Amino acid sequence: MTYDFQFDAVFASWDYLLDGAWLTVRLSFGAMAIGLVVAILCALGKTSGPRPVRWLINAYIEVIRNTPFLVQIFLIFFGLPTVGLRLSPDMAAMIAMVVNVGAYATEIIRAGIESIHKGQIEAGLALGLRPLQIFRYIVLKPALRTVYPALTSQFILLMLSSSVVSAISADELTSVANNIQSQTFRSFEIYIVVTGIYLVLALMFSALFAGIYRLAFAYTIDRR
Amino acid sequence: MIRAFGYNEFLFLLSAVQWTLMLSVIAFIGGGIVGLVVALGRTSDVKPLRWLSTGYIQIFQGTPLLMQLFLVFFGATVIGIDMSPWVAAAVGLTLNTSAFLGEIWRGCIQSVPRGQWEAASSLGLRYPGLMRYVILPQAVKVAVPPTVGYLVQVIKGTSLAAIIGFVELTRAGQIVNNATFQPFLVFGIVAAIYFALCWPLSLLSQRLEARYAAPSR
Repeated sequence: MTYDFQFDAVFASWDYLLDGAWLTVRLSFGAMAIGLVVAILCALGKTSGPRPVRWLINAYIEVIRNTPFLVQIFLIFFGLPTVGLRLSPDMAAMIAMVVNVGAYATEIIRAGIESIHKGQIEAGLALGLRPLQIFRYIVLKPALRTVYPALTSQFILLMLSSSVVSAISADELTSVANNIQSQTFRSFEIYIVVTGIYLVLALMFSALFAGIYRLAFAYTIDRR
Repeated sequence: MIRAFGYNEFLFLLSAVQWTLMLSVIAFIGGGIVGLVVALGRTSDVKPLRWLSTGYIQIFQGTPLLMQLFLVFFGATVIGIDMSPWVAAAVGLTLNTSAFLGEIWRGCIQSVPRGQWEAASSLGLRYPGLMRYVILPQAVKVAVPPTVGYLVQVIKGTSLAAIIGFVELTRAGQIVNNATFQPFLVFGIVAAIYFALCWPLSLLSQRLEARYAAPSR
């Protein structure tokens, strides 16, 4: 084994890597926020919408969950322009991530909504709460609390799978790595450093989610 | 030169399915073997073994699969092996699958009630016998639905081999698209093929889950 490791080339482009990591973080949080809204609406539609709506949402979920993310990205980035919708790589990446995480999060939130006891909703009605209030305080918040661990690990998976959008050259962390790699040819060094950055990001995300849980959901004694 | 999407292009896509399937089977079998070791290490009484397997799972679950494939592909050159994209993809996917299956199976092993472990060891069974005759047979029952479900992730994961240049279904789609420039049609068909492979497995997993969940509740 005579390989000569050279990390200088990697650290010389440190700021460039940070830019990439920052875009990864922004893409992930953007997709999480919009995806969460999409998922809440779809979960609501799936649990209490009319039959055609339920059917459509089911089809959306099954199609997204049973096809690879990479193919979904290609369909959006290469497919949409043929019907006249031009997208920048970053925009296409964002849309693909929202569409993808929306399907997974819908199933997770639906499970949470279904775990709410019917008596709770009836109690809300008896207290004279309006339907929207019932949904917000009695159904959604406890439901999100129940599925919080599953939901946040799905968000971390989303952040990790965002590396795949490098295939359409959105300028996130993996793309930056590819660019540095093609200029310096220090492939192994750059990818091991970038893998380390992803690991740190994943740990930071899970610490952040634990903090959010304490702020938003630690309002009752855990009965489990 | 732009070609029309015809019968030949469709056949090319279909023939690439065999590589997707081959890669999935290798990753699943290899990942299953390594994953069993990881799961046993994760549930072991020996602390260093537990740490080692926990670290292994953390690293593979905390980094992108694409990076893992890149590291195997370029790392092989570092230790002086010239690895084809095909071997690199197989090795990378095997390692990744083993970490996820290891974590799934850890949960299944731990779901076997503590009393079963105690009863088996009070009957004089040592670790190998205890695992083989008492714990694993019960854990397997719990493990089947999530394992079948994870197979879907494995199949979808093989699409990333396209990025390191291995010609499986997704890469074949890119090649056909570059020649015909009909992205909606080409990637639509590619997606439909993946769907046809994955959906039955998803349904099977759901059905198994419903069947196994019923009597234990």
